[in-house]
Amino acid sequence: MVDSKQQWKAWLYLLPALILLAVFTVYPIINTVRISILEGYKPLAAIGGERYPLGIGNFTKVISYKGFTTCLTNTLLLCVLTVPISCFLALLVSVCLNSINRLGKVLQTIYFLPYVTNTIAIGMVFAMMFNIVGLKQVNVAEYLSTGGQYTIYNIYTDVNGEKWGFVAQSWGIINNLLQLFGINPVNWINSGGNINGGSSTYVANIAVMVVYIVWNALPFKILILLGGLQSVNKQYYDAAKIDGTSRVRTFWRITVPLLSPMLAYVIITGFIGGFKEYSSIVGIFGEGMGPSGNGSLQTIVGYIYDALKTDSYGTASAASLILFGIILIVTLINLYVSSKKVHY
Amino acid sequence: MEEKRNEYSALTSSNNSLAASLKEDSKNYDVKKVERNAKIIKIVTSILTYTFLILLAIIVIFPFYWMLNSSLKSLTEYQLTKPTFIPKQFVWSNYVEAFTTANLGTLFINTLYVGLISTLLSLVITVLSAFAFARLEFKGRDSIFAFMLATMMIPGELFTITNYATVTVTLKWGNTFTALIVPFLVSVFYIYLLRQNFKQIPNELYLAAKVDGKSDMEYLLKVMVPLSLPTLISITILKMMGAWNSYVWPRLVANDDAHSLITNGLRNAFSDNSGQTNYPVQMAAVAIVSAPLFIVFICLRKYIMKGVSRSGIKG
Repeated sequence: MVDSKQQWKAWLYLLPALILLAVFTVYPIINTVRISILEGYKPLAAIGGERYPLGIGNFTKVISYKGFTTCLTNTLLLCVLTVPISCFLALLVSVCLNSINRLGKVLQTIYFLPYVTNTIAIGMVFAMMFNIVGLKQVNVAEYLSTGGQYTIYNIYTDVNGEKWGFVAQSWGIINNLLQLFGINPVNWINSGGNINGGSSTYVANIAVMVVYIVWNALPFKILILLGGLQSVNKQYYDAAKIDGTSRVRTFWRITVPLLSPMLAYVIITGFIGGFKEYSSIVGIFGEGMGPSGNGSLQTIVGYIYDALKTDSYGTASAASLILFGIILIVTLINLYVSSKKVHY
Repeated sequence: MEEKRNEYSALTSSNNSLAASLKEDSKNYDVKKVERNAKIIKIVTSILTYTFLILLAIIVIFPFYWMLNSSLKSLTEYQLTKPTFIPKQFVWSNYVEAFTTANLGTLFINTLYVGLISTLLSLVITVLSAFAFARLEFKGRDSIFAFMLATMMIPGELFTITNYATVTVTLKWGNTFTALIVPFLVSVFYIYLLRQNFKQIPNELYLAAKVDGKSDMEYLLKVMVPLSLPTLISITILKMMGAWNSYVWPRLVANDDAHSLITNGLRNAFSDNSGQTNYPVQMAAVAIVSAPLFIVFICLRKYIMKGVSRSGIKG
């Protein structure tokens, strides 16, 4: 029974939510699309009544901009590297966690810890762990003649024509740990340096990002996959045991198919999150998005915010629609693949 | 197929008797040896499993340990070529210095203020709309709800662009707390979560309350809200964590000293990434910022993990 009084009341209950949604959710969808096809849009002037020509200029500007290719490559690279690694690791951990009797709860809590952290703050911790520690001033000629082999940073010549520079006092905890395994120290995130290598390489930067993103992404994936595993009927495993099925076969033929809905969910959300990667990079490299702020690790989302900060609304909107398009396509591909593979 | 499965389940339910019958059946089959081998395999796998899990747990915890360790060292000790795993001398003054350098006091108060107000208002709005969607009948209810769910698929960056213009240019809220609170009051996901919870409460209770002459509002506050307290707590925690961790939006709309939130303040206070950074103080600041989240997590672990497993939203 729908009487008019209840109708009226229902709308009253919904009123605050609907007003806010209209202003901050529905209007932005329409408006962002509108801005993206207006050339040179500025909101202040638009209120003043200025009109802008229609066109796809913003899109061509974004796509032809060289920096945008960098953003796209970085984002794709991070996605392609981190999603499979974190999903596989999370699957392995959940299967192991599910098979043990003791310590399960404690370990589960520990694995969840990275989730309740501030991405930026802990990014700073990772930066510290990878960073070289403290520079000490050395005389270049003397250092090299005594067999010094480490990178010398910020070399300068003093009034007497002597060359001075700085070398790392310590290589930071990660390099120290690697040295235990006989691996030479790597300059992971720093810039600078002129001799013996110098600035950190792109590969090293990406490696640091992959480690941090995977560390950050594990908790959620483990939580979901473990939840899925715990709801799997034990009888399947008992049956496999009686048949003498090997563990590997049991894993691929029983665990993975039964877990496939959760796996699909974790992979899809992983890709969506991966394409929006931004604050983890800010955490480690700062807003410069790269060693010494050179922007070599800029991502699509970072590009959007940079455009917004310089009031380039048109390009920001165009880039955000491109991002939406990419996410949509990847999600559809994922859904298509999982509709073939997922066993509900 | 079906028969086979039944057979299996019958077999498993009597695992012990199966082992016994096996022993009887095969005299020339060395049961003891098979059992021993199985036992050895079992022990080896469980050792491997535990080693892997504990090793990974150490890797997961290590950054936190190293943060605390570094935050208590003097700068000279921190820069030693061979790092020390426990500070020789605990330099607590790093924490004092961190607190003043990053102006953490103001940042804490700002973040707490924004977090509390937005959580409170958000809860009111969420409860009201979830009630309307779960219990009341009105035209277009299902289509509005479906539309709201559909907006969840759109990446937030798309909203941010127009909202940035709306908030700073149209509404002139730049550098105010309002700009940090109002745009994020409605979360479609929380409404969805609470509506599902409300729907589980039997309709008979509602009708009984109606017979007793209770108004909708009384029913909502006295029956539905108490019954869905766990969900409301989950929402509260996630919302507070959101305020604590938000970075992009505050940086855009309120980046002056009086209004900046904890994450922005932290990143801005320590932006130098060269080798000369005073890392002990920086780590002390990070530890201070991380501590509240940890305390909340330890106290309310159950609600957080439950909320997260249903939401998939970070913060």
